Amino acid sequence: MNVTVNGSPVDLAEDATVADLVAQRSSGHDRVAVACNGDVVPRSTWAATRLSPGDAVEVLAPTAGG
Amino acid sequence: MTTTPLTDELAPALAAEEAGDPFTIAGETFTSRLVLGTGGLPSMDSLERVVRASGTQLVTVALRRVEAVAGNSMMQVLDRVGVRLLPNTAGCRTAREAVRTAELAREAFGTDWVKLEVIGDEQTLLPDAVELLDAAEQLVLKGFKVFAYTTDDPVLGRRLEDAGCAAVMPLGSPIGSGLGIRNPHSISLLREMVTVPVVLDAGIGTASDAALAMELGCDAVLLASAVTRARDPERMALAMRQAVEGGRLARGAGRIPRRFHAQESTATAGRPEL
Repeated sequence: MNVTVNGSPVDLAEDATVADLVAQRSSGHDRVAVACNGDVVPRSTWAATRLSPGDAVEVLAPTAGG
Repeated sequence: MTTTPLTDELAPALAAEEAGDPFTIAGETFTSRLVLGTGGLPSMDSLERVVRASGTQLVTVALRRVEAVAGNSMMQVLDRVGVRLLPNTAGCRTAREAVRTAELAREAFGTDWVKLEVIGDEQTLLPDAVELLDAAEQLVLKGFKVFAYTTDDPVLGRRLEDAGCAAVMPLGSPIGSGLGIRNPHSISLLREMVTVPVVLDAGIGTASDAALAMELGCDAVLLASAVTRARDPERMALAMRQAVEGGRLARGAGRIPRRFHAQESTATAGRPEL
C-alpha cells in the first residue's frame, strides 16, 4: 500500500497501523505526534488505527524553536 | 542575591525581593519573568548552560518532521533542568494550520499551553491579525491556554483578550531583527488596555531592550535570538535575566518625570560664596 509520510511516498504492508509506522520512523525520539490527512491521531489509538492507501501522514518530533 | 542584609530596616524589603515578585499566567506562578525561546543554538550542551544562566522557568519548543530532528536530546535537557514547556505554532500561515499544529503539540508535549503564531508575510514574519484571531477563538473553545504572538496594536490585543487568550504577546519589532521596541507607546497603551499578562515577544536585541519592556509595564519578556545568536549566549542569558529583573524593579520604583531642563540634586541653600 502506498502512503505519503512526511511528504515522501512510502510502501507499507497492507495491514500497517500508525503504531507500525511510528516504530519504523521515530527510533530515538519520544513525544512523537502523528497527523493523518490533517487530523491528529492520539497516541492511545495508534495501535488500532489502520492506514489506508493514499493517506498523507505526518510524523513529528520535538525540536528547538522560538 | 546577598544573604547579609545591609540594615535591619532594609532586611524585610530585601527578603521580599528575594522571595521574588511572582508572576501568574494561565493559573501557573513563576518567579522568573523571562521566557526563553530555544531556537538557534549550536548544541544541546549550550542549551543547558543558557537555560540555567537565564533562570527561566518557561521555554518555547516546536514540532518538526521526525527526519529533520537530530534526536531527543533537547527534551532530555529540558526535563533535566525542569522548565515548563510552551509549544509554538511557528511557521503556520493559516488559522487551520495553526489549530492543527497546536493539537499535535498538545499530543506530543502533554500541555494545553500554546504560543500561537500565525504569520502573514514571509519577509517580515509579521502576524496575520485576521487568521490569528480566528485561530485564537478556535483554540480557546478547544480548551487551550493561548499565548498570542501579535502586533503592537492595542485594539487587537483587546480583541485577543476578549477571545479568551491567556496572554497577549506583542512584538517589539520583527522576529529575529534585534531592532528592539520600535513603538514603546503602543506597548504602554496595550498594557493599559488589557488585563491579561502582556509578554513582550520578538525584536529584543540586547539587555536594554528587555529592561525597557519591563519598564513599560510588560509582565514578562520572551526572547530567543538575542541570546541564542549572541557571540556568548550564556553571558547574554545572564544579562537578560538581570535586565528583566532591573526593569521590573524600576517599573515598581517609579521613574522620575522627564524634564526639558536640569534640576539640581545638590541643595542651593548654604552654598558658599567664594
